[in-house]
Order: sequence, then C-alpha cells, then structure tokens
Amino acid sequence: MGRITEKYFFGTYVRHPELLSFEREDQFMERSEIVIALAGNPNAGKTTLFNQITGARQHVGNYPGVTVEKKEGYTTVNGKTVKIIDLPGTYSLSATSLEEKIARDFIIHEKPDVVVDVVDASNLERNLYLAVQLFELDVPVVIALNMTDVARNRGIRIDVKKLSELLRVPIVPTVGTKGKGVDVLLKTAVERAEKPFSGGIKIPYGNDLEAAIQRISHLLKSRGWILPGYDAYWLAMKFLEGDEDVLKKMKASFSEGFDALEKEVDAEKRHLQELLGDDPAILFADRRYGFISGACAEAVRLSPEARHTISDKIDAVVTNRVLGLPIFLLLMYLVFQLTFTVGAPPMDWIDAGFGWLGEFVSGLWPPGSESALKSLLVDGIIAGVGGVVIFLPNILLLFLAIAVLEDSGYMARAAFIMDRLMHKIGLHGKSFIPLLLGFGCTIPAVMATRTIENERDRLTTILVSPLMSCGARLPIYALIIPAFFAPKWQGPMLWTIYTIGIVMAILLAKLLRAKVFRGETAPFVMELPPYHMPTLKGVLIHMWERGYLFLKKAGTVILGVSVLLWAITSYPKPESFPERIRTQEAAVEEAYKKSVTDIADALRVPNPEKLVEILKEEASPDALGGKGRLFLETVAEIRKITSGFTARTEVLDEDSPAYAEAVKNRNESFETLRKKAPGAFELARQYVESAEADYQKGLAELDNLRAAYAFDYSIAGRIGNLLEPIMRPLGFNKKLATPMIGAIAAKEVFVAQLGIVYAVGEADEESGTLREKLQKEYSPLTAFCIMLFLLISMPCIATFAVVKRETNSWKWPLVQAFGLTGLAYVLTLIVYQVGKLWI
Amino acid sequence: MSLSDVPTGEKVRLVDVMAGRGLKMRLAAMGLLPGIEITMAQNGGAGPVVIYVRNGKMILGRGAARKVKVKIF
Repeated sequence: MGRITEKYFFGTYVRHPELLSFEREDQFMERSEIVIALAGNPNAGKTTLFNQITGARQHVGNYPGVTVEKKEGYTTVNGKTVKIIDLPGTYSLSATSLEEKIARDFIIHEKPDVVVDVVDASNLERNLYLAVQLFELDVPVVIALNMTDVARNRGIRIDVKKLSELLRVPIVPTVGTKGKGVDVLLKTAVERAEKPFSGGIKIPYGNDLEAAIQRISHLLKSRGWILPGYDAYWLAMKFLEGDEDVLKKMKASFSEGFDALEKEVDAEKRHLQELLGDDPAILFADRRYGFISGACAEAVRLSPEARHTISDKIDAVVTNRVLGLPIFLLLMYLVFQLTFTVGAPPMDWIDAGFGWLGEFVSGLWPPGSESALKSLLVDGIIAGVGGVVIFLPNILLLFLAIAVLEDSGYMARAAFIMDRLMHKIGLHGKSFIPLLLGFGCTIPAVMATRTIENERDRLTTILVSPLMSCGARLPIYALIIPAFFAPKWQGPMLWTIYTIGIVMAILLAKLLRAKVFRGETAPFVMELPPYHMPTLKGVLIHMWERGYLFLKKAGTVILGVSVLLWAITSYPKPESFPERIRTQEAAVEEAYKKSVTDIADALRVPNPEKLVEILKEEASPDALGGKGRLFLETVAEIRKITSGFTARTEVLDEDSPAYAEAVKNRNESFETLRKKAPGAFELARQYVESAEADYQKGLAELDNLRAAYAFDYSIAGRIGNLLEPIMRPLGFNKKLATPMIGAIAAKEVFVAQLGIVYAVGEADEESGTLREKLQKEYSPLTAFCIMLFLLISMPCIATFAVVKRETNSWKWPLVQAFGLTGLAYVLTLIVYQVGKLWI
Repeated sequence: MSLSDVPTGEKVRLVDVMAGRGLKMRLAAMGLLPGIEITMAQNGGAGPVVIYVRNGKMILGRGAARKVKVKIF
C-alpha cells in the first residue's frame, strides 16, 4: 500500500485519504491504545496532574524540529493501555505562538481519542476559553476542574453538575496536588474516548458573525478548498480571525485561488468591523467569553467578597428580583406604545397611497366598464396586498424596538428575567425573544427559535408562537371592534384579545411540555453581553432583516393568495339570474314607469315611455316640447344642487354650524330655482326626491341581490355553503365561512374577502358601509367569536412553510395547523354556545 | 489612560489595546476585551502591574500595560 506523505514544518505526516486524516509517520500503525491529550492553561496544574497519572512512566522529548518539550506517558485504566500526551500549556488555540500551534496541530492531526482540559477552578472563565476553543475543534473533551480547594477558599462555589450540563462536557473535580479525583478523571476520559462522539456544544456567535462564517464556509466548500483533516466551518472562522497558521497553510495548498479568497474574507471582515465595531478576531474572542460568562453566571456563585462591575450594578437594578419584572413590563409597554402610536401616521399614508393607486388603475379603464383584468388588479391585487403592506410601519417599529433592546444588551437581561417565569411554563428565557417577535409576524419568530438548542423547547416555542397575535390580524380587529363595541370598550377589547392569545400560549406550552415534550427544561445558557450603545446602522440592519421577511411574504404569498381568492370569488359567473331576481327587476321598472307616467300626464307629454327613456338618458330630449325641456333642465339643476350638498356634508357632523350653513345654501339655491320656474320646480323636485330616489334604491338592492347570487354561484360561495353547517354552531354563517378559508392562506385577506362577500366594492378596515352591514347582521358575541377563532386557528400558509423548513418535516406544521384550528373550533364553540345562553 | 497609570485599588474599564495583533489577540484570549473590568491590584509605579480580570489575577508587564487603554469608571 503506497503512503502519501506530506511534509510540514514540524514533521512528516502520512495521509489517510479515505479517513481525511493524518498520522505521524512513525505512528503509522493501527493504534491499540487510547491516546489522551492533556491541554490547559499554564499554571492550571496540568503538569502536576500528568505526573500523578503517569508516575515514572513518562518520557520527555522534543517536538520534531523545534525546542518545545514533548511529554508522553503511559498508564493503565481498566486493563487498557492509555497513552497520555502533555501538550504545551496554552491560553488559547489561536496559533499565535508556537506552543499554541503545536497543541492545535497535534489535536487536529494526531487525533487523540480524547482531550482532557485541565481547568483552574479559581480562575474559571479565563481557563474555559481554551475549553471553548476545543469545543470549536469538535473533539471529545473532558474537563478536569482542578484546584477546587483553592476555589473554595476564595469563596467561589461551582455547581459542577450544572456547568457540565451547560457546557455539555463531562467535568471531573480534581485536586492535582493531592491526587484527588485522578482515578475518576481517567475513567471518565477513557469512557469518553470509547463512546462515539457526536459533537460538542456549539458556541453562539450571533447572526452577523455566523452569517459571515457561513458565506466563507460555503465559498470554501464550493471550491473544494478544504485542507485535509480540517472542517470548512472552522476554516472559515479562522480566516475571519486572521489566523496566520491557517492562512499560511491554505496559501500553500491552494495558491491559485488564494488572492480571491483573501479579498472575500477581507470584505467580510470590513463589513463585520463596520457593523459590530471591532476586529472579527476580537469579536470572536468576545463571543466566546460571553458564552463562558453566561454559563458561569448560572453555575458559579461568588461569595459577597467578589466584586461587581457597572453592568453588574445596572443589572443589580434591572435583574433585581423585585424591580426587574416591573422594569421589564414598563419597557414592553413602551415598545408597544411606540409601535401603535408612532406607526399610525405612516399607516395612513400607505393607506392613502394604495387608495390612490387603486383609483389610478381603475381610471385606466373607461368609467363603468367591467373588465376582468381591472377587477383582478384593483379588487384582487391592490386590495389584497395593500391590506398587508399597510401594517409594515407597525411591524418595522416593533422590530426596531427589539433590535435596539437586543443590540444594547438589554434583551439578554429580559430573557433572564423572563426565564424564571418561562421555567414555570416549561420553556426558558431563550423562548422569550421569538415569542415577542411573534407579535409582529410569526415568520421571524419561528426563525428566531434557532437560538434554542434544546429541540423540545424549540418545538414547543414554534408550535405556540402563532398565538402571539400577529400583525396580520390587526386589520380584522380594526374592522370588527369599532363596529360592535362602544368607544370606551374598544381599547380593552383589543387588549383582551391579545391577552387571550398569551394565556392560550402559556397553557398550551405547559401542556405540551407536560405531555408531549417531556423532560427537564434545558439549562438556560445565554450570553450576557455588557451593556453597550447600539449603533444606528446595526439596529437598522437587524430591524430590516426581520421586517424584510414580512414584506417578502406580502409580495409573494399574499399576492398569490389574493389572486387565487379573487378568482374563486369571481368565477364562475352566472349566465343569467334566477326567477325571483328577474321578477324584482321587472317590479322596480314598473314602479318607476308608473311614477314617471304621472309626471308625464302633468306635463302633457303624450308618450310616457318616451319620457322614461329620456330620463334614463337613453333618448334625446328633442322630441319634448318647451314645458318638457324646462322640466328636464330643472331636474338637472336639482340633481346638481343635491349632489353638491351631499358632497359637502359627507364629512360633516349633523349638528355642526358648517352643516347648517350647507343646508341654508341648498335651500337658497332651491328658492332661486323655484322663482325661475315655479310649476316646473315642484314637479321636478317631486320627481327627483321620490320617483328617482326610489328607483335608485331599487336598483342598488338588485345589485346586491345579483352580487350575492353570483357569489353563491362561484367556487368560494359553494365552499362556503358546504362549510356552513360546521360553522353554524359557532355562530358563523356562510358569508363568514368563505373569508375564513381565505384567512387560512393569509389572515390579512380576511377583511378584503369579507368586503367581496358583502359586495361592498373595495373594503378596508375603515369601511363604514362594511361595518354597518356587519353590525346589522351579527351580534357582539359573534364578533368576538370571529376574532377568537381567527386568533387561535392555524397560522397563515407562509408560516406553515417556514415551520416545515425549520423543523425539517411535514409533521410539525401539520400538527400545528390541525391542532390550532381544532382548538380554535372547540373554544369558539364553547364561547358561542355559552355566550348565547348568557346574552 | 493607560493601565500602567492606574493606581492600586482602582477599578477601570478596558477601552482598547493599542498593540499589534499578536499581543491584542493574546490579551483577548486572556479575557481582556473592550468593556472588561479590570481592578488594579498592585501598581508599584515601575515594573509589572497586577490586575484582576474576570476573577482571575494577572500580571502585565509595564510595556504591555501601557498599551492597554482604560478608563476609570
């Protein structure tokens, strides 16, 4: 068998292509012994421990080609031979010093079966830095928590079990100087070595760093620029850190692409520097220490002699048992106030903008024309998408506030405060941010759960997140609440809906954790970064990252859904209308003709039908005599005055002086007209105010009847009919059922759909007429049930898709969809039936 | 100000390390990152200083200490 050997500056290695690993040339043999590497800070007691372990069976030599000491020793554990290598003591594995390079290379290329990191318990955080870098290398690690006696004397109390859980690594307390714990350590190490290793804990670097790593990693993978024995992710990270060793090795192996790669990396580094304010190498170190601090905060108790920092002082207030929660609630209140009040003006602008757009597009067709395309554009797309985009300001403001809280470091404290409460419902503080995001849009909320390492907690959070009433439901509340509840009840009603959502989420989470996702709550490990002034750029970018998801949803899913819904509510169109409608049409025409006939007699017009035609503007008035024409002119005048009056007073309050003014003007105009042609005036006025008015009303009613019929005829209507029996126990009739189907696809479309069903042209939540119609037909109880049902039932299709992607299966989104809808059904049923008895 | 100028007993916060990458990274690995609290345990005016950082005690050579920029809280 040929051997592929490669020379490195510290030795010659043999490559195992199929294993993607290396072995030192003189060790190219099947290994029958277990190899343990001892790593740790200098002065952590590593050497003492080594001596304890190997006794006299050790050998000091040199690493080839360099003067660094290499210590190897042997011992026996459970009858197995164990080789111990004492690596040079290092504070980190960054390869800035030779010792570090050697240590790192050994671990990567020699592939010891397990690395024992000797950690000085009295200096825990700094010592753990190395451990963290070992975790990054993805090797099996056991921590020897050494010098525990010193730590205890210093008043440092470490909850070993907890720390072990948090770091996902076995920790064995030892006192090397006394030989305590050595046996246990060896046993644990051998056990670790023999068990298959599935990877250690992953350190959270935060979105920005992660994204940069992913991009470089992807680049490396796509070009195959991966050094044997190394991992793309790790290499990418080292590039960003500017690791000299990696750079050198990569340049040697892949010289032709190296410059391009370096440029990419530099660009990423610059971006990170701008965004986060420091050299990426420092940023990584910072994140590592942040992770360590978080873990130590949970597992290490310092006696009162320990000192506090300013952040600690702030935290003393902010995370105080007594003050913490009220402060947090206050901040949350401010956040929501901000979103709703500051967001209002931009919402109006967007509303106006879409309204204008709708009119503009409508205007492209000649007035009164019926065009499928026009309908599609105006009623389908503009109404549908407009209904969504209008809530963009709200959502962006919420995300902005959250970004500020996150970047400043407060959010971690908030999660910490919430953690206690969250534990009670079986979640933990890390679930808090996703749930908060859910108030804007469930999609970024689900994606934010990626920070939750524990699958059970993560799934629970995902399943429960839609109950945080998302922005899409706002138009529904905005339409319904003012229609059914008096002004002083409106605010509380909205608040009630939100609270019900939260309460449901809590109950559901508790239930899920108790029955479905059983088990201990995962320990809460989260970086507690120092408070720091958020950069404007950083905050805006973070806000946009999430807001963009919402907009993208609007542009794609909702657009598609609006078109689809438009299609199923508009088609198929009936060829002709049923008997009853036609009969009514005839009746209306008859009534009109009759009243015109009376007028025709008074005017001595011989042919009443002709007059009808003329009045309908279907024939020219030339045939009429002078009296007739005067009549027509007067009618025209009266119409003008009346419509002018209506236009002026539409927005006025009936009791206002402006209104009285308008009335006076109108009456004056009438007087002038009357004086001009007294006989004609009376007749004309009578015509306009009774005959014509009645006719218009009759026509409008017919329009509605036809629209309703057409709706029933369409696909949507038929579905509604099918669903009606199911919906009736909840107090819903078929007119509600269909928009609810639409709401399955996207909540925002509910309002637009309701408008179509009620044949009220273009409906938005300001629709006075739609509100009136709803008010007439339903009771406040039903209104409440509508909102309740929509609050709880399955989230929109876009969320469904995201849940599928994030959980990598169809199971969970389906469970969520059916589960929530079922829950909504049952709950609404109960509320309605019980409510009916009461009210 | 420089860490080397901080009197004994004083608490300061690290602002920046004005040094080459090597030292900067080494200090970072030790936990000396911007924002970290350092308590001056011993500053004799000459020679190395002793500081507390992250519950760890450290000695910094004066030259290095001079490069560590801090501010008093």
